[in-house]
Amino acid sequence: MTPELKGFVLVAVVKTAAVFTFLMLLVAYSTLLERWIASWMQDRIGPNRAGPKGLFQPIADGLKNLLKEEVIPDGANKVFFVIAPAISLMAALIIPLTIPWAAPIPLEFDMTLPVLGRFVHHGATPATVTVLPIGFLWVLAISSVGVYGIALGGWASNNKYSLLGGLRATAQMVSYEVAMGLSVIPVLLLVGNVSFVEIVSVQQQGPFSWLALPLALSAFIFLVSGFAETNRVPFDMPEAESELVAGYHTEYSAMKFSAFMIGEFTGMVTISMMFVTLFLGGWDIPFTHWDEAGGMLQVVATAGVFFVKMLFFLFLFMWIRWTLPRFRYDQLMALGWKIFIPMGLAYILYIAVALWLVDGPLGAASTALRFGLLFLFNIPVLVLVFRVLDRGRLIRGVSVHLPASASRPARAV
Amino acid sequence: MADTIFMALGTIAVLSAVFCVFQRNALAAAIWLVLTMLALAGMYLILGAPFIAAIQVLVYTGAIMVLFIFVIMLLHLGEGASDIRGPGAKAVGLVLSVGMGAFLLRLAGYDPALLAFELTGTTDLSPAAVFETAEVARQAAEGQGVIGAIAAPLFSTYLVPFEVTSLLLLTAIVGAVVLAKRRI
Repeated sequence: MTPELKGFVLVAVVKTAAVFTFLMLLVAYSTLLERWIASWMQDRIGPNRAGPKGLFQPIADGLKNLLKEEVIPDGANKVFFVIAPAISLMAALIIPLTIPWAAPIPLEFDMTLPVLGRFVHHGATPATVTVLPIGFLWVLAISSVGVYGIALGGWASNNKYSLLGGLRATAQMVSYEVAMGLSVIPVLLLVGNVSFVEIVSVQQQGPFSWLALPLALSAFIFLVSGFAETNRVPFDMPEAESELVAGYHTEYSAMKFSAFMIGEFTGMVTISMMFVTLFLGGWDIPFTHWDEAGGMLQVVATAGVFFVKMLFFLFLFMWIRWTLPRFRYDQLMALGWKIFIPMGLAYILYIAVALWLVDGPLGAASTALRFGLLFLFNIPVLVLVFRVLDRGRLIRGVSVHLPASASRPARAV
Repeated sequence: MADTIFMALGTIAVLSAVFCVFQRNALAAAIWLVLTMLALAGMYLILGAPFIAAIQVLVYTGAIMVLFIFVIMLLHLGEGASDIRGPGAKAVGLVLSVGMGAFLLRLAGYDPALLAFELTGTTDLSPAAVFETAEVARQAAEGQGVIGAIAAPLFSTYLVPFEVTSLLLLTAIVGAVVLAKRRI
């Protein structure tokens, strides 16, 4: 191997290890975060025994799951029962490797190590393990492979609740993948590329160029589909306790159960990262071009900004989990097929026409003007969807409708 | 390096296809078929067609095979007896497989030089000379990106066939719904 190739391999290995370690730590601590938020929202104490403020709880949980006895039911299909959680975990862990999490890292080294030889690396390396020209198609493709883990796990358990959970999860994930795919097509129309790096660089151009504004409906569909893709509340029918015990992982124990859980939490992290990258400017720091100058300080700052943005969505996942009730299964399917997919298709047409108008007859010269005009085009769509079409059913459907007499201020008894 | 990976993926694709055929368990057969699809996607990736690879995974493993597995799970298909019964069926099967095997063995005699000669009439082995269209495609991908190189001809030169195909598929979907549902 040439020194350049060695340098490339070294950088790739270090980046992979770094992303993997970061993901595992984040997933471990997001389980604790979820329990903290749950206890905070329910006004109780929550985990506080293991270490200061319960900080060692994830380590204790991990050790417990590693040391626990693995139970494989007698009637189960052993091979599929064992590989199902592995498929789920692997698919979940491969996806985040393509998402850029900071400004390109300036790396110049030319060093000679004993035994291994000379390593050379020139120029900036993107802060993502690999830059794929197919960008988010990769994410869609691999997340569709992740469906197999859940489907097989449910089938191999030889348990009717598991099977039903597996079927529900499969149907749900396949359906919402379509809605999710349709919701990112307007991004493709606007950016003209599917590569994450390109999408981020377009969003860096101006103060208001984050795509969440010019493509507001896309962002909304993507976020809701993301909740359905990760089987989280309000779409957690695959593991609805009151109906299916624990759904597809009813028969799983110890580390195999853990693998499914890590998969689910990694899925949440991935959707958060994707949303930030597609609609909230990725690692871009708003109102400044300082972050594009290229330097080690910029890398640290942008990584921090990306982390904060992502953490907000991780919090949103948990916030919603402890706030909203569960949908009914037919409501979920109707929402996906009868509302989101037609809405996504109509929005693609609308954005295509709007883009043609903005670039053609209206002749928007600057990026800021272009995105601002697109946002203006979005306002009637948002009003139409959230006020006229919704009629207070879905968006406000979970709010409490009190009768007129009950809305008077309560008198002290 | 790329050749080794290509050969390894090819071996995986062929072996899992063979396992798919020999499996009695319907679900196991479907999973072997999924592995074949994934290996094919890997081969497209090695051949420098990442878009086709992504679509292969997205459509075949992600949608079509999931539907297969869905149906198998719903019908609860276990291990079934072989469909080939009786001496007549076995004789037909033997003749068909021997014929197919002999035809495939003929292909084993091919080497790159022979293939190049049959395609172009010369023994020039450079890819640009053998596959003229492939060279054009490679240049297009450099200029327009991997997706642009497919999208541009699809929506300009071949727009009419593309639209006719979509219309045909739509008709097939509507037809399937009408056949499957008595009352709509």
